[in-house]
Amino acid sequence: MSYQGKFRVWRGDDSGGALEDFTVEVNEGEVVLDIIHRLQATQAPDLAVRWNCKAGKCGSCSAEINGRPRLMCMTRMSVFEESETITVTPMRTFPIIRDLVTDVSFNYTKAREIPSFAPPKDLAPGEYRMQQVDVERSQEFRKCIECFLCQNTCHVVRDHEENKEAFSGPRFLMRVAELEMHPLDTADRVDQAQDEHGLGYCNITKCCSEVCPEHIHITDNALIPMKERVADRKYDPIVWLGNKLFRRP
Amino acid sequence: MPELERHSFDVLVIGAGGAGLRAAIEAREHGMRTAVLCKSLFGKAHTVMAEGGIAAAMGNVNSSDNWQVHFRDTMRGGKFLNNWRMAELHAQEAPQRVWELETYGALFDRTKDGRISQRNFGGHEYPRLAHVGDRTGLELIRTLQQKIVSLQQEDHREFGDYEERLRVFQEFTVTDLVKDGDRIAGAFGYWRESGRFVLFEAPAVILATGGIGKSFKVTSNSWEYTGDGHALALRAGASLINMEFIQFHPTGMVWPPSVKGILVTESVRGDGGVLRNSDGKRFMFDYIPEVFKDKYADNEEEADRWYTDQANNRRPPELLPRDEVARAINSEVKAGRGSPHGGVFLDVSTRLPAEEIRRRLPSMHHQFKELADVDITAQPMEVGPTCHYVMGGVEVDPDTGSSSVAGLYAAGEVSGGMHGSNRLGGNSLSDLLVFGRRAGAGAAEYVRAMTDRPVVSEESVTEARATALKPFQQEGGENPYTLHMELQQSMNDLVGIIRRAGEMEEALQRLEKLKERAQSLTVEGHQQFNPGWHLALDLRNMLLVSECVAKAALLRTESRGGHTRDDHPSMDAEWRRKLLVCTASGDGAVVEEKPQIPIRSDLLDLFDRTELEKYLTAEELA
Ligand SMILES: Cc1cc2nc3c(=O)[nH]c(=O)nc-3n(C[C@H](O)[C@H](O)[C@H](O)COP(=O)(O)OP(=O)(O)OC[C@H]3O[C@@H](n4cnc5c(N)ncnc54)[C@H](O)[C@@H]3O)c2cc1C
Repeated sequence: MSYQGKFRVWRGDDSGGALEDFTVEVNEGEVVLDIIHRLQATQAPDLAVRWNCKAGKCGSCSAEINGRPRLMCMTRMSVFEESETITVTPMRTFPIIRDLVTDVSFNYTKAREIPSFAPPKDLAPGEYRMQQVDVERSQEFRKCIECFLCQNTCHVVRDHEENKEAFSGPRFLMRVAELEMHPLDTADRVDQAQDEHGLGYCNITKCCSEVCPEHIHITDNALIPMKERVADRKYDPIVWLGNKLFRRP
Repeated sequence: MPELERHSFDVLVIGAGGAGLRAAIEAREHGMRTAVLCKSLFGKAHTVMAEGGIAAAMGNVNSSDNWQVHFRDTMRGGKFLNNWRMAELHAQEAPQRVWELETYGALFDRTKDGRISQRNFGGHEYPRLAHVGDRTGLELIRTLQQKIVSLQQEDHREFGDYEERLRVFQEFTVTDLVKDGDRIAGAFGYWRESGRFVLFEAPAVILATGGIGKSFKVTSNSWEYTGDGHALALRAGASLINMEFIQFHPTGMVWPPSVKGILVTESVRGDGGVLRNSDGKRFMFDYIPEVFKDKYADNEEEADRWYTDQANNRRPPELLPRDEVARAINSEVKAGRGSPHGGVFLDVSTRLPAEEIRRRLPSMHHQFKELADVDITAQPMEVGPTCHYVMGGVEVDPDTGSSSVAGLYAAGEVSGGMHGSNRLGGNSLSDLLVFGRRAGAGAAEYVRAMTDRPVVSEESVTEARATALKPFQQEGGENPYTLHMELQQSMNDLVGIIRRAGEMEEALQRLEKLKERAQSLTVEGHQQFNPGWHLALDLRNMLLVSECVAKAALLRTESRGGHTRDDHPSMDAEWRRKLLVCTASGDGAVVEEKPQIPIRSDLLDLFDRTELEKYLTAEELA
């Protein structure tokens, strides 16, 4: 049942580093994060890795496994051949702190730039009424566990440091869409999406949706509809006003 | 020695789960300059894992529900050992706290008439848990996180600085609290990233650090749950109560080994899932205890009717409080009627259409498919008990969250009393909000009323630094991972779900030895993001807290809630009147008895006398 697996793990810090080879025990049913933990416990006690729930719920253990952005806790060893060498590297889009840990503060900066939920002034707590069908869209986006794999993979910023200033990335454009589609949010978010958060940079290649561990349809359900609203607005402001005013009660 | 980074705040909140974030919001809204400190990234605290829901008697699904019914259920669930005042405040205020989340932007699942939907859960008389599918914790934490961001945006508009009055320090670990005489003066710790030390000066500190599950081998808890807050409180001179009560959730995954312990939400049973043994028998009917006979169905037909007609049928026994179900599973496995990997079967596939399962239990569906190759819409799951929640914690004043140390507050899982000997599902998330808010307000009032601020002495900083650096100073000592594994194994085997005096005595001897060995741990590498070092420091907390658990469990010679004694199998009304209180002494802990506060008479009147007779002594009933 168990075998000796071959791993190459990137080790180093902001001044540089290299892939290091390890041979390590692998048991039935394990995931990549288990192996990283075994390396810590037996061969490399100071190997830095960020993780938390180990159940795919917190989005901490993002990394690139054989070049593919994934959660280490949800990547089963059984998807690889026993003879295969598995390469684990940190997310490429964010600055390295150490080993597999990157500086993801970019994402927290972007989160702050998005104006928060604007509650209806005329409703007291407990008076909110919304239909299930109307909340489902935004609920899909609120499944996001903020693993930032979509931010990491998006080619607008992946190898283009210069775009980080103007572009919020799929996770936060989806947050704008979530608020825009919230049945009771009172703010106008369409122009913002385009002008402040860089929606125009996105050319819907769907890389973000492909790597999403929650299988959220980021492109189809959030980004494209937002782009459509922007386009509608450009040609017909009345459409927007109508959308906002004549919602289902 | 490098220059020490220093910050000064009015209120310091340690922990960014539901309790910590709600406390921080409250303190900030009371005008306090507030900081939140957390070991993980912001938004990833343990609360994110909560699945089933948040209990609040809003009465949206069954209008007979109200705070009195919720109060009664909570007291029953805790076998009447709960701090009644906490249970009262909790039941009264939970609905307001949930509704408030909607004003922060939360999107709960809805009823047909557009209100917040509520689901059934073990021990709750009516459908009471507000939820979002089975990812309620994520919704809770994200909503609070976004509320914090919105307060920061206010500050940005007003002062040009997002962090003027509310700042989050993430990936930061507190190792010691510092005091000025009898009062709290701040906290000391390190940045996980750089290993550099920081001193926070603050007259009020709120502990919201969650639980202790990482001292056990099989647990649903994450690495954060090393009992830091419990240990910080003890070392600062505060007391812990109810530490013998640990909740083993009946349904954790049992296979494959690497995911053993990961939680399977109780919603599976709330939504119709049933437990079966290897003979295919729904065994829970054999395990309905005397005190619950009038509330739980004794046959499958009635139990199944309950899902559609709750007024005329008793509840299915799968929905008994967690301690009962966990013990029953344990007995089935022991009797040789377990599943291939040492659990029992939990089946929802024959109970609901596949589409419905995917809609109501999406993350369970995902979790089993991805991690165990099991399709829960077609096959049963294998489940068994897992260490899940600690009822015990810092002894607090119910109204303000204040501990016995001036300036030290606690809320959430790190506090004790609210849940008595056993917590009902869904009552934690509501507890976080109700008492997080109260602790935030309590701390703010304390700071406002203060005339002179406490001062941190240089000696206490030097001492805290020396303690934290000790593992680097020693050579040839043991690896912290080895010690951690031994600790987990001992607690699991000897102070686990079923306890015996002899085994607990042995556990205490082992803990003594582990404590000695922990004195000479060695860590490699340097201070920058070094998990070996982090664990070495966490071990100090785990060992101290485990000692409290084992000592209290050995003293309590009865079985109640999350404390089951093989050698004292029954519940004893005399013991209900006693709390076991842990305090620090030297580098260990002492446990002493203290009388429980009697329940206020108007609250007692909410129960039938026949029910009270099952729990209270003749003297109390007279
Ligand atoms: C899998 C699972 C499912 C659950 N489902 C439910 C449910 O459906 N309903 C329900 O009511 N309850 C549920 N619970 C229980 C509930 O989630 C927890 O009890 C609750 O979230 C604890 O919240 P908290 O705010 O007390 O602490 P946490 O959310 O755990 O936060 C603790 C915080 O303290 C920080 N911290 C700890 N130590 C330090 C230190 N030394 N320095 C700095 N920061 C520190 C951590 O980093 C973290 O930010 C569930 C629990 C689990 C494990």
